[in-house]
Amino acid sequence: MRAPTARAQVSASAIEVRGLRKSYGAHEVVRGIDIEVGEGEIFAFLGPNGAGKTTTVEILEGYRSRNAGEVSVLGADPAAAGRSWRSRIGLVLQSCTMPAELTVRELVELYAGYYRHPRSSAETIELVGLAEKRDARTTQLSGGQLRRLDVALALIGDPELVFLDEPTTGFDPSARHHAWEVISDLRELGKTIFLTTHYMDEAEALADRVAVIAAGEIVAEGTPETLGGRDHARTDVSFTLSSATTVAELPGELAAAAQLREDGRVHVTALEPARALHTLTGWALEHRVQLGDLSVSRPTLEDVYLQLIDANEHPQ
Amino acid sequence: MSGVELFAHQFRSDLVRFWRNPQSRYFTILLPIVFLVIFAAIFKGTTIVDGRRIDITTFYVPGIMTLGIISAAFVNLTQAIVTQRENGEFKRLRGTPLPAGIVIGSRALVGVVVAVAMSALLLLIGRLAYDVRLPHTTMVGLVIAVVVGAAAFSCISFAVATRIAAADTAPAATNLTVLPLYFISGVFVPEGQIPKFLRGVATVFPIHHLSRALLRPITDTHGLGIAGTDLLIVGAWGVAALLFAARTFQWSPRAE
Repeated sequence: MRAPTARAQVSASAIEVRGLRKSYGAHEVVRGIDIEVGEGEIFAFLGPNGAGKTTTVEILEGYRSRNAGEVSVLGADPAAAGRSWRSRIGLVLQSCTMPAELTVRELVELYAGYYRHPRSSAETIELVGLAEKRDARTTQLSGGQLRRLDVALALIGDPELVFLDEPTTGFDPSARHHAWEVISDLRELGKTIFLTTHYMDEAEALADRVAVIAAGEIVAEGTPETLGGRDHARTDVSFTLSSATTVAELPGELAAAAQLREDGRVHVTALEPARALHTLTGWALEHRVQLGDLSVSRPTLEDVYLQLIDANEHPQ
Repeated sequence: MSGVELFAHQFRSDLVRFWRNPQSRYFTILLPIVFLVIFAAIFKGTTIVDGRRIDITTFYVPGIMTLGIISAAFVNLTQAIVTQRENGEFKRLRGTPLPAGIVIGSRALVGVVVAVAMSALLLLIGRLAYDVRLPHTTMVGLVIAVVVGAAAFSCISFAVATRIAAADTAPAATNLTVLPLYFISGVFVPEGQIPKFLRGVATVFPIHHLSRALLRPITDTHGLGIAGTDLLIVGAWGVAALLFAARTFQWSPRAE
């Protein structure tokens, strides 16, 4: 095992990780992973609980030590980095209760004082949509508003890199969409964002690139569109047929691929969806058959993710 | 901001938080005053301390001062430290460029400043309501005892906080320790009325010695009112606690 080195590296990447390993006792929770996040990129780090996700993030944030591997965050080793490095990163931790005795503005101004070149407090409060609540005590904020205050505290130092650890867990759908807007705004500001999340729609809406960790290893990496070969996956065409028509009556090439499933719908998996649809609709018009609830869908990021995690847990 | 400005920036906010917290206000400021008034109303007459006969109200001013100092610099401070650690606030602060020394120093100074202010307030109430007077020469001894006591008990706070896992249990843990000690250490009851065995137990702990160090300025009519040995013992507790805290202090919540 190699000891972590304090040597700074010069690179265009915001984060560079090579062969990172971390054990608690005899249990190795991070088993030699590589990660690279470019400047200005929104990177989503996905994985089930206990996969080594939080451990990895906390090593990158400088909270935890590591057993082996090279880690460079903004050109420095987080394990040895000091105040000036801390002033260049912003953190939204998985959970943090805000001081009940302070108002939004007081808290943001308190944190602004920690940094040499902070953003404007008023503007930052505006950015996260808390302008109307600026003089409210933190105890008067909703869960979503507290999380946005958390984001404001992470941004007040005008960081180059922001870590967002499950930023929308426990949000209702509208609060989640509002938070996504805030995060998208960060992209406009040119920040690099390292995001962990349980929600695939969140990764899909925000991330430029996604990596999936399972049992301490990276099992897939790519854009949300290509992850796990999603772009090459077959398309699912499904519809219902009236009781008068059976699957066997479908045109030959479709009948072979068609399947009547428990949901009462006929599913056709197609490599060339346009061709399959053309054949299907042509046949339906010709035979005056109603195709109920016709839908065309590609596997969602969630489908791909679940497959990846499942394959990892039950290797064949 | 320079180091001093940054410290002042943090300290101002920590002090505001102390003041706006109802629990801090009631237990640290109101409670000692109520205790002084009640004790002075119930108990009448005189008592003998260090061979001198003094009014019982004169006895209770330094006694409740001990309570006030410990409430501010120990009970309340321990609660604040455990709460901020378990809330994740300390962890978050460690993710900012704010130096660790300022986080700890500012919190400790709030305890010390409130302890000093409470001592002054109790002394003033004693003077105005009960005509308790100190020999002028011993003011220096009183100030030293208050500051040493407050500083030592804040160090003990940081040590004890490392042993308390949840914010909920902090008040129980600290009060269960200090309340019995108040009774056997000559804070609520003059030492002469305490059984010898219990008095012996009390001498092991710093509350007994702080209470003696605060009484000395009242009974010592010819000197500076400095109880050297007692102050050394209180100070030693503080230093030992600080060394223990430096080795075991945690920034992240226990739950992690």
